[in-house]
Amino acid sequence: MNQVLRTLFAPGFFASGPVHAALVVGAVVALVTGAVGVFTVIRGQSFAGHALGEVGSAGGSAAFLGGANPLWGFMGIAVVAAGLIELLGLHRARARDVATGLVLGAGLGMAALFLYLDTTSSSTTGVTVTILFGSLFAVSQSMLPSIVALSAVALVVIAACYRMLLLSSLSADLAAARGVPVRAVAIAYLVIMAVAVSLAAETIGAILATALLIGPPATALRLTKRPGGAMVVAGLVGVAAAWLGIVLAYDSYYWPPAGHGWPVSFFVVALVLVFYLLGGALAGLARARRDRRGGAMPRVAAGGCANEHGAAA
Amino acid sequence: MNGPHPIPSAGDAILDVDGVSVWLSGREVLHDVRFRVMPGEFTGLIGSNGAGKTTLFRVILGLQTTSAGSVLVGGRPLARRNPIIGYVPQKVFLDPDMPLRARDVVALGLDGDRLGIPLDWRRRRQAVDEMLDAVDARHFADARVGNLSGGEQQRVLIAHALISRPRLLLLDEPLANLDIRAEGEVVALLARIAREQQIAVLISAHDVNPLLPVMDRLVYVAAGRTASGTTDEVIRAEVLSALYGQHVDVLRVHGRILVVAGAAGPSGVTVEERDAAADEPGIVALR
Repeated sequence: MNQVLRTLFAPGFFASGPVHAALVVGAVVALVTGAVGVFTVIRGQSFAGHALGEVGSAGGSAAFLGGANPLWGFMGIAVVAAGLIELLGLHRARARDVATGLVLGAGLGMAALFLYLDTTSSSTTGVTVTILFGSLFAVSQSMLPSIVALSAVALVVIAACYRMLLLSSLSADLAAARGVPVRAVAIAYLVIMAVAVSLAAETIGAILATALLIGPPATALRLTKRPGGAMVVAGLVGVAAAWLGIVLAYDSYYWPPAGHGWPVSFFVVALVLVFYLLGGALAGLARARRDRRGGAMPRVAAGGCANEHGAAA
Repeated sequence: MNGPHPIPSAGDAILDVDGVSVWLSGREVLHDVRFRVMPGEFTGLIGSNGAGKTTLFRVILGLQTTSAGSVLVGGRPLARRNPIIGYVPQKVFLDPDMPLRARDVVALGLDGDRLGIPLDWRRRRQAVDEMLDAVDARHFADARVGNLSGGEQQRVLIAHALISRPRLLLLDEPLANLDIRAEGEVVALLARIAREQQIAVLISAHDVNPLLPVMDRLVYVAAGRTASGTTDEVIRAEVLSALYGQHVDVLRVHGRILVVAGAAGPSGVTVEERDAAADEPGIVALR
């Protein structure tokens, strides 16, 4: 047993301060991006989520230049970008994509400038890698309270708007007729998405942030048909990816080339993809089993006969 | 354009649309629309695509400003949120990936406009089950709504609209894209709801025929103008000709109605199908 534990967790894993911080930050951020990301996926706003993450790199690099923690830069620029997307995008889906693309381009241009200034002022390229690809082990422990507080705010807002978000994601017409302030809910959601993406950028980098925002929720949508359940499953999948990624990254210090650990973000993102594929396989198996049962008793199992209903459409 | 039947008095009407005109992007899409709907009455809003039906619904829902006229719902002027109206919009796209069961959609009809997370599980579940029974949807209550057939989805959306106990139910083209059997089931269900629960039903459709057996009155929309009354009062050559501003013939074949444009020349009738979706001989559009 001890032998197994020792091969799984390289020496010093449980005593390391950065590991503790990484475990806490990884879990908290994964729970938030899971809950927020479920709505990103069902509202079809994956592109906007991705753009907000990448645009954040401009803020992160500017914050580094000014000596602040990148998180504040990520968040500042992502919230502004969210506002711009909403302002330019009007209501139509295509106009929204165009607006998102425009904001994304402008943001990345600024990132090019600030990252250049970062490297020339500090004569190191490490900052570029950290801003774009992140590192859970590099998250400063002094940032823990801020990260937890921001996560709590995001979760509270999502819980408060939960039903209105569901209804307006189902049908904006329906929500408007019920008196839901559809536009205000959409803006509030975009801002919360900006916060969630910024937290993800702080942990796995601006470029990879969407992996955490989209991957675990997409996995959850394959596994559960309840909205609340999807948020919980997405959070758990994200936590699993973050924690397992931290363990593997810590172990990889002893992998070739010896003495250089592999980037933790690589492991987290790779695990997110693996879980998504596993989720698909699981859902496929469950569907096949239901269909076999449905073939024997067509009407009784109607609740689960996805294909039967689909075929009748 | 109400015929010999007594015009319902304004005081009792659940919906009173009086001289409503609407301009959109410099075009008058509704002109002097006037009709009433009485409690428990089944009213069809008939017209081809683009005739102004959805705009009229948006007016009644308080989502569209008017340039003239007034609308009273339950005797009161329009409000942005009117609890006595239940609404089933046109073309609700239910993605199979959507993590919503049929019962979740119905529950959102109860409290989808509220803040926070629902806590009174038991009361909520009971109300939802009752409503699912009422629309005969209990057996697929736990299926993903995106995996249901068109007719089943329509029943779920009707339950969603009914669960808040409205007195007026608005349905925008609920029969579009349904096969004939599902169409008949939905119409029968709506007629039963109107009769048993005394809920006024206002349903829009581009084909009058599926509604003929159950309709108390109809409002015919063409080019933003309307005529209302019973089927026999409205679906007449002289009424529809006046509405369209050109000669129109009304043919009755085996209890079904065809509206066809009469050509000016002696060659008789030219018929043009305007709505590709209506491949059965419903209202044939005119030019």
